[in-house]
Amino acid sequence: MLTDHTAAASSNSSGSLRNRRRQVIPRLEIVLLVVFAAAPIMLADYLTVFVTRVLILAMLALSFDLVWGYSGILSFGQALFFGAAGYGVALLARDLEITSIFVVLPAALAIGLILSFVIGAFVLLGRHPPTTIFVALGTLTGSYVADRLARDWYYLGGQNGIPSIPPMTAGGYVFAEGPVYYYLAFTVLAIVYLVCRFVVRSQFGLALAGVREHEARIAFFGYEAPQLKLIVFSLAGAIAGFAGGLYAFHEGFVWPNMLGTVLSTQIVLYALLGGVGTLIGPVIGVIAIEFAGFWLADSFPKIWPIILGLLLLVVTLFWPNGLIGLVVSEQERVGSFGRPFLPPRRVAAGADDAAA
Amino acid sequence: MPLLEVCGVTKAFGRLMALRGVDLTVGENEFHGLIGPNGSGKSTLLKCVAGAELPTKGTIRFARRDITAEAPAQRARAGLSLKFQITSVLPALTVYDNVLLALQARNPISSLIFSRTRGTLHERVMHVLEQFRLVERSTERAAALSHGQQQWLEIAMALACEPRLLLLDEPTAGMSFEERRVTGELLIALKDRCSLVIVEHDLDFIRSICDRLTVLDQGNVVDCGTVSDIQSSAKVREVYLTRV
Repeated sequence: MLTDHTAAASSNSSGSLRNRRRQVIPRLEIVLLVVFAAAPIMLADYLTVFVTRVLILAMLALSFDLVWGYSGILSFGQALFFGAAGYGVALLARDLEITSIFVVLPAALAIGLILSFVIGAFVLLGRHPPTTIFVALGTLTGSYVADRLARDWYYLGGQNGIPSIPPMTAGGYVFAEGPVYYYLAFTVLAIVYLVCRFVVRSQFGLALAGVREHEARIAFFGYEAPQLKLIVFSLAGAIAGFAGGLYAFHEGFVWPNMLGTVLSTQIVLYALLGGVGTLIGPVIGVIAIEFAGFWLADSFPKIWPIILGLLLLVVTLFWPNGLIGLVVSEQERVGSFGRPFLPPRRVAAGADDAAA
Repeated sequence: MPLLEVCGVTKAFGRLMALRGVDLTVGENEFHGLIGPNGSGKSTLLKCVAGAELPTKGTIRFARRDITAEAPAQRARAGLSLKFQITSVLPALTVYDNVLLALQARNPISSLIFSRTRGTLHERVMHVLEQFRLVERSTERAAALSHGQQQWLEIAMALACEPRLLLLDEPTAGMSFEERRVTGELLIALKDRCSLVIVEHDLDFIRSICDRLTVLDQGNVVDCGTVSDIQSSAKVREVYLTRV
């Protein structure tokens, strides 16, 4: 006996449609896209330079969201990949006089990718899933060691870092800080964001959700969870490295703080404040913290770090899902990976009898 | 040639011997029940077969291949699928995504990144959901399902991997009488698709679906045979009269 469940399935479809209409994240994405696209037209030059820095740091925050928000890997090593790539391209520019965008940015990406692959292989591969604290401490240690190494190595400039990096070039064109560099960073951020979005909404993203939710369970389906984690960790490292390359040429110098635990922790705070597992949340977190810091440093020059710290504490204590959690439901945050609209179909009778 | 051969498997947790030289064979399309009092080692044996625990001694062969030291993912790829005793669906994901997650597990990573099989797997996801009467709840979070439906979802996920051998640890625990009846029907329908090893306390349920039974007590095999052999076994009666 067959029963027609077309009506029920149709109502399911319209339910999905309603959910889709209520989605907040795409609206936030469009708003931010428009605001960032128009910002240099409305802002003074010094603010354009400041927002360029925010865009690059947003890329770094995205890399953290990819590993923690989507894959459950608590990495305190994103600054290591960021800073190492920054130092790498600074050395290329200083010692080999290579400043071509077509060399230095791929080099920055490669440095981040290789370094994160090596560190990821060390902390993530193994028969048993590594604990969160093991990964956090392993990556934090890497970041700390790199910081100390940079501070004590004369070749890398010691405490002062590498100053006066020549600007990035493309043929005869020089990328000086200002609107041109802004739009370069904006375009790169938009592309990185789309790549991340593509990955986390793909079937691979579903496997990552499985890793995040119950890593031990999905091994019994046949997933090699450590491999999945290593891939996403390396991808995030590559993004952090790319951001490091852009940052080094934007600032014109690199220094040990770019590699260290302070920046690594700051990235975690960006993501926690904005809201992890949404991509847009960490971007909002960077904007909120950097602008708050910018404003507070002017108005309260002596106590601004304390005020900012307290604000962060309040937000993370009372809104564990971050600022984005105030407007985005848990259902939208996790999202779905299958087809959004289920076609009407006929199903076997008796479904309700036992399920009721 | 049997599909699964467990030879002399011993499992010790410190000084506690959970299994003592257990032998078990399961043929193609055979439904095999593991019964015995609490603490007799049924779940431990299932975990050793699936790879959740490594035996202290003994060998496990599956489809003529020694899998004793293999990781769970390798065993799953070889055709073994386990449903845990404690329901472990992924509560934050939708019912549909839980099944898709299980179904796509053997796809290569490059195919997953580019979502190459999302379209082709859709029909199979829907088929599995229909089979387990979950199609109308497919867009809901798994956490929203009743306990019985979560058990069905987990069996559906284990089955979605198209295993050659399905391992079910107390699939009807916490189910109503009606849900148990439907579960029995769903399992019997799998008879020509795969072999089954099932741990269950409901003896009527296990008698209704299994071809052969193995009775365990304190980590030892007490008896093994057809359902009628076991029903008339004096050794089994003694175990159940003295321990249950």
